[in-house]
Amino acid sequence: MDKDMEKLLEIRNLTKHFPVDKGFLAQLFTKEKRVVHAVDDVSFFIREGEVLGLAGESGCGKTTTGRLILRLLEPTSGEISYRGTSIFQNTREEMRRLREKIQVIFQDPYASLSPRMSIGASIGHPLKIHTSYTPAEIEDKTHEIMEKVGLSPAGFLARKYPHQLSGGQRQRVAIARALITSPDFVVADEPIAMADVSVRSMILELMVRLKEEFDLTYLFITHDLATCKYICDRIAIMYLGQIVEIGPLREVFQHPIHPYTISLMAAVPVPDPKFRRKHPIPKGEIPSTINPPSGCRFHPRCSYAKSDCSGEKPRLDQVAGDHWVACCVRPNAGA
Amino acid sequence: MNSNILEIENLTVHFPIYIGTVRAVENVTLEIKQGEVMGLVGESGCGKSTLGFSILRLLRPPGLIAGGQIRYHGNDIVRMDEQELLAIRGKRIAMIFQDPLTSLNPLFRVGDQFIETIQTHENGVSNKEAVERAADMLKRLGIAPDRLYEYPHQMSGGMRQRIMIGIALVLNPDLLLADEPTTSLDVIVEAQFLDLLNELREQFNLTILLISHNIGIVAQMADRVTVMYGGRLAETGKAEALFADPRHPYTQGLLASIPNIKLDQPKLHSMPGAPPDLVDPPSGCVFHPRCPYVMDKCRGEIPPSFNDQDHQTACWLYG
Amino acid sequence: MNYSPTAALGQFIRRFTRMGKQYGVEWWILVAGAIVILGVVSMAMFATVIAPYNPYDQDTGPQLSPPDSEHLMGTDNLQRDVFSRIIFGARTILGVAILAAILSSILGISMGLISGYAGGGFDKVFSLVMDSIYSFPGLILAIAFAAMLEPGVTNISIAVAVIYIPTYFRLVRGQTLTIKQELYVEAARAIGAPGSTILAKYIFPNVIATTAVVFTMNVADAIMTEAALTYLGLGLPPSVVDWGMDLAMGKKFLPSGQWWLITFPGAMISLLAVGFTMLGEGLSEILNPRLLEK
Repeated sequence: MDKDMEKLLEIRNLTKHFPVDKGFLAQLFTKEKRVVHAVDDVSFFIREGEVLGLAGESGCGKTTTGRLILRLLEPTSGEISYRGTSIFQNTREEMRRLREKIQVIFQDPYASLSPRMSIGASIGHPLKIHTSYTPAEIEDKTHEIMEKVGLSPAGFLARKYPHQLSGGQRQRVAIARALITSPDFVVADEPIAMADVSVRSMILELMVRLKEEFDLTYLFITHDLATCKYICDRIAIMYLGQIVEIGPLREVFQHPIHPYTISLMAAVPVPDPKFRRKHPIPKGEIPSTINPPSGCRFHPRCSYAKSDCSGEKPRLDQVAGDHWVACCVRPNAGA
Repeated sequence: MNSNILEIENLTVHFPIYIGTVRAVENVTLEIKQGEVMGLVGESGCGKSTLGFSILRLLRPPGLIAGGQIRYHGNDIVRMDEQELLAIRGKRIAMIFQDPLTSLNPLFRVGDQFIETIQTHENGVSNKEAVERAADMLKRLGIAPDRLYEYPHQMSGGMRQRIMIGIALVLNPDLLLADEPTTSLDVIVEAQFLDLLNELREQFNLTILLISHNIGIVAQMADRVTVMYGGRLAETGKAEALFADPRHPYTQGLLASIPNIKLDQPKLHSMPGAPPDLVDPPSGCVFHPRCPYVMDKCRGEIPPSFNDQDHQTACWLYG
Repeated sequence: MNYSPTAALGQFIRRFTRMGKQYGVEWWILVAGAIVILGVVSMAMFATVIAPYNPYDQDTGPQLSPPDSEHLMGTDNLQRDVFSRIIFGARTILGVAILAAILSSILGISMGLISGYAGGGFDKVFSLVMDSIYSFPGLILAIAFAAMLEPGVTNISIAVAVIYIPTYFRLVRGQTLTIKQELYVEAARAIGAPGSTILAKYIFPNVIATTAVVFTMNVADAIMTEAALTYLGLGLPPSVVDWGMDLAMGKKFLPSGQWWLITFPGAMISLLAVGFTMLGEGLSEILNPRLLEK
């Protein structure tokens, strides 16, 4: 992979805190403001043409990061640049034009489609917003993209409503809608999590094929590490609002360095009875995002933790080439 | 001695609704041996959860058991009266569900739910005794006993799931039915839960029916595995044998389409088509419209289970 | 499939009864309400054809004569035929009630949509205003408006419309607040749709179903309000044929035994209001389960 390829999206020190509503009286009498540390000082970039996986468990901030990139949320602080231009400085008009180039596929295909719009109308709507095509041209383009994602016969299906389609078809509709304006970059937020097991591979396969055909760049947000293997070039692991490890997929999977990454990979159930898990899993559960642990946020559950770990928050340091880790102990490094 | 703790024979479950009858489970026969973990896998709509609910006759109307037997230690559950059922439910056969937040009563403290379970099934147990047993159970689950005074919403998802197991096991049942117990859990908590389940299985000498669409956890936990499709049994056998040599074309397709973090398999294979309409299922073998090896016979006749050294396959290829 | 009219009628009847079986008594209530409304509407539309006399004609027969074959509902003190006045009165009351309902729905729905979507201070102010109107006794407010404005069909419609605007507002605002959180609205923002488009194409179509029932109840209420206003002598000039006014006039003659002057207008007002209420009730029962199961 050519490392000098253009950085399509660059994220620097992105932070998003959500205020926690306290009772009225509590608000009067206490000064401290409680916040949910959804995303805390996250920095990474995505190269043009690659698929970056953003993986982690609940509360790690991956979905919030996705929403910030799409500017469906405003950040507390930090920068996101698309092709060098900061998106948070955009005017409404510039933002609208940007939305032609950055699209999204949501997790729940049923909920992301308006129940009262025919799927043809839903798919074609981005064209109506961003282009001056005639209704006939929009219809043609809608049918064209529907055929490409496997919704055939397009003319027949375009008049249907979401509740008349199967889950797999609905996700294809969401994909068609995302791609109809020929975007450069697609944020896929757990696109197969809600699909049936036998449908997942179809959708994954479709996404890979469309990436080649449309020359796309993906941010693939998921909690399922195993699926990353089939679509991602690089992967970033998030824990409690921070990136703990990022690097080429093969590297991270074969030589995980951060203790959390190691645990996460060990915990994924392997669909093969001969493989029994060897590495112990951490105790306890993900702590609250309102009061995250000091220093390295994983230290209370980490079996390699030293006294330093509760002090200063570790930065992402380069370990080898494109592989970066935020850990002082690095039990596996050098292996 | 490996005797069968549960024998399901020709079980058929229907849901008559206004557009027709949903054939959720059709003629399923399977045995669960004492002390084993039986994994029941399949996609949503294949009938596995319905089967699980039928065992304790917990079907919601309009669901009804249209035929077959479910023999527990020889006694047919389908034909039991209310009293006999109550003696079994919770006490001899217990069940845990997918979402502990909805299966635990939010208005009662966790301790109260333990006490209620104990006292409903056993006469003459004082409150003090019940609390002691509950505290003991929590210790075995690795939870501090004073959490008995908490409400479900004060606990995390993983802890609630453990409480649910605790309540299920406090009466020392023989058989535990687990319906999608980890679907709502994060990966690491899921792994913790499965470890716990293994420990408890030894401590309590449990037999477990693990129902899940997550093939990974079934592979890790089960001794034997049953695959269901379209309300019917597709294949059943020892876990290692079934995964190493899947015989039914559906099982083959299913295993080839799930992502495996360990294998160096660059492509996922996908099965064309979609799960069948249970109101109007295909004739003959319910999988035939999607089967790459379909023969004429498959379209007309429903295949029985062909047995080969404890590995049963409902497919004409093996007849 | 044969397209003969008898076959089509047969299919229609079969569908009709199947709906009845599926929905039970609510369907028949809806049908009954619809029949009443259709009856009154036809009466209003074909008034010139059905009415035996001109409702303004003050010389149709003897004064204050009870119902007989010549005057089905008798005559009033100005020798006008009551039956004809009832028929023509339907036009007035239907016209006002429906116009009022249309006015309040358009205003209430659009304000609810905008307020709910915009949120913030704007929403707080609007909600306060609407809540104040809502908590005020409707009839008194209508009387106040009718007294301020000159008598006339449009003005009375406005007076009646005002009191119902908050009902639409609250319903639509509440729904908008909920739907605003839905994923498909977020998706619409993500594809770049401007706020007005989101309101019009994504929120409004998902809100409109519940307003249908409110509309029918609105009309029922408007009928009663209109009759009350005109009964009190407000809102309409005496030159318009109206049930409420006839009711007021007829009241004077009841002690002397001339019951037909007050009974028929009163009965018609009640019948029409009940008709719309039944339609609304039936509609609500039938639409709601569908809405719940999505």
